[in-house]
Amino acid sequence: MPTRRLVLAFFLPPSLTPDAVKYDRRYRALDKYRFVAWFTLLPLAFYLLLVAWPFVQAFYYSMTDWSGYGTEFNFIGIDNYVRLWNDSQFWEATRNSLFLLVFAPVITLALGLFFAYMLNAGGRHRRNETVSGVFGSKFYKIVYFFPQVLSVAIIAVIWARAFSPRSGVVNPLLENVGLGALTQNDWLGKYGLWVTLLVLCWSFVGFYVVLFSASMGSIPKEIYEASLLDGANRSTTFFRITFPLTWDAIRTGWIYMGIQALDAFAIVSIMIPRQGIDVLPTFLYLKAFRDGQAAYATAVGVVLFVITLTFALLMMRVGRRDRIEF
Amino acid sequence: MTSSSHLNRRTLLKRSALAGAFTVPGVAALTSCASGGGGNGGDSTGSGEVSDRNPFGVAEDGGVEVVIFDGGFGDEYARDTAKLFEESYGSVTLDSTQEISQLMQPRLVGGNPPDMINNSGANQMPHPALIRDNQIADLTELFDAPSWDDPDVPVRDTLLPGTIEVGQYGDDASYHLNYVYTVHGTWYSKRFLNDTLEEEFPQTWDEMIRVCEKARRDHDVYGWTYAGQHARYLAFSMLPMAVKVGGKEVMEAIDRLEPDAWKADAVVATFEAFEELAARGLVLPGTPGIDHIDSQTEWAQGRALFIPNGSWVENESKEVIPDDFDLAVGAPTGLDSSDVLPYGVIYAAAGEPFLVPQNAKNRAAGMEYLRMMLSNDMARNFTDKVASLTCVAGSADDLDLPPGLASAQQAIQGAGDNIIVPRFRDWYAELFIDHMGVAMGQMMAGELTAAQATDRIQQAADRIAQDDNVEKYL
Repeated sequence: MPTRRLVLAFFLPPSLTPDAVKYDRRYRALDKYRFVAWFTLLPLAFYLLLVAWPFVQAFYYSMTDWSGYGTEFNFIGIDNYVRLWNDSQFWEATRNSLFLLVFAPVITLALGLFFAYMLNAGGRHRRNETVSGVFGSKFYKIVYFFPQVLSVAIIAVIWARAFSPRSGVVNPLLENVGLGALTQNDWLGKYGLWVTLLVLCWSFVGFYVVLFSASMGSIPKEIYEASLLDGANRSTTFFRITFPLTWDAIRTGWIYMGIQALDAFAIVSIMIPRQGIDVLPTFLYLKAFRDGQAAYATAVGVVLFVITLTFALLMMRVGRRDRIEF
Repeated sequence: MTSSSHLNRRTLLKRSALAGAFTVPGVAALTSCASGGGGNGGDSTGSGEVSDRNPFGVAEDGGVEVVIFDGGFGDEYARDTAKLFEESYGSVTLDSTQEISQLMQPRLVGGNPPDMINNSGANQMPHPALIRDNQIADLTELFDAPSWDDPDVPVRDTLLPGTIEVGQYGDDASYHLNYVYTVHGTWYSKRFLNDTLEEEFPQTWDEMIRVCEKARRDHDVYGWTYAGQHARYLAFSMLPMAVKVGGKEVMEAIDRLEPDAWKADAVVATFEAFEELAARGLVLPGTPGIDHIDSQTEWAQGRALFIPNGSWVENESKEVIPDDFDLAVGAPTGLDSSDVLPYGVIYAAAGEPFLVPQNAKNRAAGMEYLRMMLSNDMARNFTDKVASLTCVAGSADDLDLPPGLASAQQAIQGAGDNIIVPRFRDWYAELFIDHMGVAMGQMMAGELTAAQATDRIQQAADRIAQDDNVEKYL
């Protein structure tokens, strides 16, 4: 049986597959991959054309001096990257983005897990139920999700108002609790990074509460029952049962939140004044659209792409564990 | 409107939509896949017969495509011009949008632009880049053409000073016509200053301090507030002050990115004067962290006496300015009697740019459209409809102007030749916004001294002067 026939059959629908091939022992595998390949052909084509190809183009444009407004540009090799290396504004934006990449997922996921656990298994034991959420957990679940319903632009505006030194609620709040010494007359300008971190966490925590709740909901109650019979308290239950069994969701969430933190464009762009911070995407935006240096901005985009990819691969690698079936 | 990056609800939503493009970081950099193409420039003379009535030879039924920024001025004025155009030259395709850059950038790069663009708003395209890439037609032809109302007078002579200059980038070519005349300066309530406080607008800094302290002491009103989040607004008062103190060379040196331009005595003295305002507690508390809308509201509600702003403030804050406010603009206060220039130096410039793309199919029609907008009737119509002055001299005479606008007109007259137009604001936007503006704000917040602030700005100016990636003018 020549392999050539098998290859040919890969491109033919099953009805046209010669019998000789059908009785080949490798046909089962061929049929499986043929099915998958044919079904994903169209999406794959779209993906290559609309995602992969532009990425390839971006690498090329990052090595030109294109302004973004003309038709002529020169190939200048890695000059843009050399310029990035020596650009202190770029390094500052990178530092801010990396700060958010490290802290936003840690805080958001920790809070999300804690809340989800309290909502699902943190309550007092009631009759007929081994585990239950704290009182009013259904209500909380909805409240936590509120920020997800709002457009990120609205979130940024609301928080900018809150931090306004004249009409915002933050300064009076601090004064009322006796922390008047902490009030600021320019929160967003001076502590832009911290405020951005706060807003990022606040706006995404609800999503993770729901995600982790779903994941925790699928943990069989019997496991909890067994541990309770063994005298486990809440924190033991959490660290020995809930956490390991929701690990897959946590890891996925971590990657997703990391990407959100690397973006943060809308929040920073709308909320933070010019005396505040830049993150990589806002730096990219300024260079491309205010300063007319599209190629340079593209180089920033490529750097951002590399950081994102490295982060995602790293997370997928370090987080890999054996799946626990239940 | 034009002169500030105001974040209204629309731009905000647009930015959030834009943010979507960044969700996978790096994707936004890929808008570039549209490059290539490119058109061959149309001839700026049309196929029609050239005459005084039709100086560009617009073809009779050629029509025109114009794109108008749908911001604070709306598009009604442009539609009125369209009617006039259609009387002679065929149909007008008029699109109005807030997404100038999103819609126009691909068309310019693709070599298929409309015949005239009102390049304005938060999504304005940067002129230096457009000019470098040869995308904009030189409007000198328009300015030399006979004016609509009197064929013996060229368009150039019907315009207010500072109109043609703002479209120039280092040589005699003019790349955009800025239609709306904006007066920047120190804005206040005449009723409060003259009647309640019984003072005149201060002309020396000692008087300024005295008036502010009196307001603070007697009426619990702070002397100044400003848009802390866009502290560059302070320049509307500070730059003319520096010029009054040290003469016009001060501004020229700054525009040319000369070494030590920001360390000139007049500039440092101006910064020190404003630093003193802050140090004496005459600036409304919290000002460093508020945006332009907040600052204008606080000021309109009488919590601060002066605000550095532009003539758009009357329209922008009309909801909060009381009826008996009697809005007025003062030419910025100087230092003392040793100032080089007399009182009255003011920062007035035309804003709201209109341009004709180099590769437009019917460039002649684009220019003719602008020539019509510069007619007396159309300019009057504009002022009448949107309560803003145009760059057409005398077009608003004997119109019933709101108080702020009337006062702005007086300020222009009072300035005589001493009108300054800081060009580095357009030429080196990064210097104006990221360095000068931020340093001014930090000084007012007490984080920098005047000397440190001017040092910072000078360092940034020096860096830009040496940066080969930034085109230099002058």
